[in-house]
Amino acid sequence: MNRLARMATARRSPGRWHWTDVAAYAYLALGVVLMFGPVLWLGLSSFKTQAGLLEFPPSLLPMSQKEVRVEGHAQPLPLFEVTLEDGSKRVLAQVRRIGIQAQMVDPANPGQSIRVPIDRRTAVREFKLATENYTEPLERFAFMRFLWNSVFVTAVATLITLVINSMAAYALSIYEFRGKTAVMLMVIGTLMIPITIILVPVYLVITKLGLVNSLWAVILPGAATPTGVFLLRQYMLTLPRDLIEAARMDKASEWQIYWRIVMPLAMPALAVLAIFSIMWRWNEFLWPLAVLTKTESYTLQIGLNAFQGELQTQWHYLLAMTVVTLLPVALVFVFLQRFITTGIANTGMK
Amino acid sequence: MASDAPIPAAQPERAGAASLLAAPLALPMRLIDWPMQGLQRLIGERRMAYVFLLPNLGFFSLFVFLPLVINFIFSVTGGAGLFPSERPYVGAQQYAYLFDCGSFLDASSCREDHFWRGVANTARFTIFQVTAMVLFSLLTAVVLNMKIRARGFFRAVYFFPVLLSPVVVALTWKWILQRDGLLNAAITSLGGERILFLVDPSWAMFWVVFVSIWAHMGFYTLILLAGLQAIPADLYEAAEMDATPRWRVFWRITLPLLWPNMIVVIVLALIRGVQTFDEVFVLTGGGPGTATLMVVHYIYETAFANQVQNFGLAAAASVVLGVVLFALTLLQLAASRRKGAA
Amino acid sequence: MHSKHWISALALTAGLAMGGFVASDSAQAQTTVRIAWYSDGNEGEVLTDLLKRFEAQNKDIKVVLDQVPYKAITENLPVQLASGQGPDIARVVDLGGVARYALDLRPHLKDAAYWEKNFGPFLPWMRPEGDAKAITGFMTQLTVSGPFVNKTLFEQAGIALPGPKTSWEEWGKTVKEVAAKVQAPFPLAMDRSGHRFFSVAISEGAKVFDAKGEPAVIDDGFKRGAKLVYDWHNAGVMKKELWGSVSGTAYRGANDEFKNAQVVMYQSGSWQIAQFDKTVGDAFDWIAVPAPCGAGACSGMPGGAGLVAIKTTKSPEAVAKVMEYLASEPVLSEFYARSLFVPGHLGIAAKGLDYQGASPHAKAALKVFSDQVAQLSPVAYQLQGYTSNRVIFNAVISRLGQAISGEGSLDEAYKRIESDIAQQIAERKK
Repeated sequence: MNRLARMATARRSPGRWHWTDVAAYAYLALGVVLMFGPVLWLGLSSFKTQAGLLEFPPSLLPMSQKEVRVEGHAQPLPLFEVTLEDGSKRVLAQVRRIGIQAQMVDPANPGQSIRVPIDRRTAVREFKLATENYTEPLERFAFMRFLWNSVFVTAVATLITLVINSMAAYALSIYEFRGKTAVMLMVIGTLMIPITIILVPVYLVITKLGLVNSLWAVILPGAATPTGVFLLRQYMLTLPRDLIEAARMDKASEWQIYWRIVMPLAMPALAVLAIFSIMWRWNEFLWPLAVLTKTESYTLQIGLNAFQGELQTQWHYLLAMTVVTLLPVALVFVFLQRFITTGIANTGMK
Repeated sequence: MASDAPIPAAQPERAGAASLLAAPLALPMRLIDWPMQGLQRLIGERRMAYVFLLPNLGFFSLFVFLPLVINFIFSVTGGAGLFPSERPYVGAQQYAYLFDCGSFLDASSCREDHFWRGVANTARFTIFQVTAMVLFSLLTAVVLNMKIRARGFFRAVYFFPVLLSPVVVALTWKWILQRDGLLNAAITSLGGERILFLVDPSWAMFWVVFVSIWAHMGFYTLILLAGLQAIPADLYEAAEMDATPRWRVFWRITLPLLWPNMIVVIVLALIRGVQTFDEVFVLTGGGPGTATLMVVHYIYETAFANQVQNFGLAAAASVVLGVVLFALTLLQLAASRRKGAA
Repeated sequence: MHSKHWISALALTAGLAMGGFVASDSAQAQTTVRIAWYSDGNEGEVLTDLLKRFEAQNKDIKVVLDQVPYKAITENLPVQLASGQGPDIARVVDLGGVARYALDLRPHLKDAAYWEKNFGPFLPWMRPEGDAKAITGFMTQLTVSGPFVNKTLFEQAGIALPGPKTSWEEWGKTVKEVAAKVQAPFPLAMDRSGHRFFSVAISEGAKVFDAKGEPAVIDDGFKRGAKLVYDWHNAGVMKKELWGSVSGTAYRGANDEFKNAQVVMYQSGSWQIAQFDKTVGDAFDWIAVPAPCGAGACSGMPGGAGLVAIKTTKSPEAVAKVMEYLASEPVLSEFYARSLFVPGHLGIAAKGLDYQGASPHAKAALKVFSDQVAQLSPVAYQLQGYTSNRVIFNAVISRLGQAISGEGSLDEAYKRIESDIAQQIAERKK
């Protein structure tokens, strides 16, 4: 209790409230709403039925119309709250609608039918999760296959990226050699070329290598990231040189120095690169779409986007599947949150 | 130089994750050591640098350098063929077509007006986005650096959108901004009129910038936060003893010492701004009209969306973009050199 | 502690290596036929059912249905085909664009006459330029563009529904009145699509081609159609959310708004029926109406998706077998009936198709569209059959969209449309 009270009143300097403290907490509260709100809304929306998604104003929680079984009708009937001509309100079930008139019955007294203009009725609704948005597509598609492909691509690509990028960064930070400037310039020069603009040429290379439809076609092209080399090199430059010299004195091979000494020391930077690589690979869409055409080799992002047709997007499925692809990232984040944020702050582009 | 700021409690996780990452590689790495030692004896210690560079450069030449060359070949050839051998040489014709303008100040006087509109939009977007990005991530970093409770939680809150894919980010916001979306529901429930955010050119540009800041601010905030935490506390204590006003402390102490990190943020945001594509593509589709059509979107559309996939023209446009990007990265290089000297 | 890591490391490496193998699938004794397929509704599920039956009858052929987002069909399939990496069969909309890579099934078919008789008018759409004989595929779905009307809104407004042969202008005025009375935000909505626009333009008398069959898009009829749409936007009959909100060639539909009873009249087409049937339910009465008229005709545009065999296949015999099975009358009837598509098979169309499980609303609408097929203008057929028609559609959407959103005048848009089309066709001929 005491702790809670202290927490609520914590501020910059004990004893007095400065207006900046108030402003800071207000800003942070706004931030929580602004940052979490949209994703929360996406999650809630993914549990709405197709009709529920179209409603305006949208309901906060997934709702659907309540239905009752009425004697003499095979199908359950939808319930409405109706304002009758004398002004009284009743809950009635609708049998059918003809033009702008609805034929309704009282569920308690199904014999007598009542005619009601359709603008005098409002649907009675109840909270209901449309879980079929999730189950139907997951049953229809080889979800486990897609998931496995995505995990495979993400894991292998990240491992390769870490190893070869760190090797290159090691060479560029520890050694002096001929051509170093040229290599650095190449790395920096291509630092920011988006794959979108060289999609077709890379596709041609992959075709010539016979890799189309193999997961390696997704893994390999992005492995040598200039960003990764740049980030790791900047970090390795700050490592103490004497350690390396000492190891050389002890007759450690260069490979051992790299693997046993430099790599463990560069762990924070490697972790940052690992996280970014996992993120890039998991979220990749355009490139896999170009090189993977067989169902067996689809990644999640492609397999679950099959709901975007020429003329229609099946929103209820699309939103649900977006949440599915988002979940692993969210989980990784929940567990590694502190590690991720401090890691970036620590390397933080020195 | 910036940030050896002590951030406690990261140690145990770090060790755990480290061994987890290293475990699958321990055996192969030990096996590689044998041939490596032999190689080192053969070529000497210093030339090992090339060995370390080789795998990365191999991948790099195959999947970045070679495609860039092919891309250049595309840009000087024409037709609808896919393989360079099927494409007739046309010289600088694609470039000439791209630059065929009555006046460079008026996109609609150009033959390829969409390219120039894309250039203008990208420039506008980048300027707004970088300015706002720096201001907001600075503000957030300063707030997070205050003595507040649950700092770790708030830091996470601002960072987590960085992990979302651009498609998810755009989809989420599109869902909120559309005619019958959450935001309009809020506006009408307060008695206002619906606003068609994605139909009005200025609103569309505003939201494109906003969403981009929403998605990436966390990353830049952390870079600035690291810089803030590296500023020695005694400087502030001294200022407090002199009863210096806070704004003055900020202006005289914080900002100058944070400058190196600011440069990193500015340059990174600048380069990313020029590249922007996915988010805007899903959010506004480049519209209304061509109000948020970006250069990369133009290139993508020219190469893929048309029936005659015009790889030549798209390649020419991407070479032009590449030159601009290269210039911007050189700027970064120069900036980080200055930072190193500072 | 340490040994544990070793074990997990080994397990992980082994698992990863296996994953690599499985993904690059190995050769099989069966012949495998691959179909690249996108779906707007339930047609993927229906096809899966039908293919299961095929596989049961033909043990030596395995058919794999690769379901992809539509984007993969328009943007990536052409690149894959050009590099020889395409599937064996593909469901495509850009029939003219893919025709170059199509396989002539004629030598492999048991009964080519069946195909000519039932798919006759559609076969040229899928033929490579200059070829007048090849049989390359059939229409999985024939679409006819035309308007839907929310009849309940008319009733609520107390305004009579205009009869057949009403002009577009008249419709525009009427739906505006209805919308004003019932406060519907969209009096008239039209998909941002070339097919939809040309239904209006051809009705207004656009000829699209010159006497030699070369594109001559901008004529008086076209201008009347474009002006009509442009003026509708300025007068509030149409809202800028569709034509004015995205750039370039992007498609935008108003199906969600229509399902939500916000649209009085929706110029779209027959493919919407299945989802309206499913989602609108009993909320309001929706009907399809015959194509409105203009100075030239009362016509919609034909279109649709074809299932096309691809030249690079290694087993044309098996491909032909699959295609023959899918195109056979009982199978195709079931496919059209279950997915609520307008049949692209003359025999089935003549007999009339019983759409079991469809509501009376859907059945009535399907009948309206099926009846329209015979009344389409010859210009509409010529445009649909033109190999580079997507060049024309894209130029029109992109430039008209810009004019509507206020970037430049209609006259500028006309000039741009002409130069865009000329440039792209020249690039193709290089």
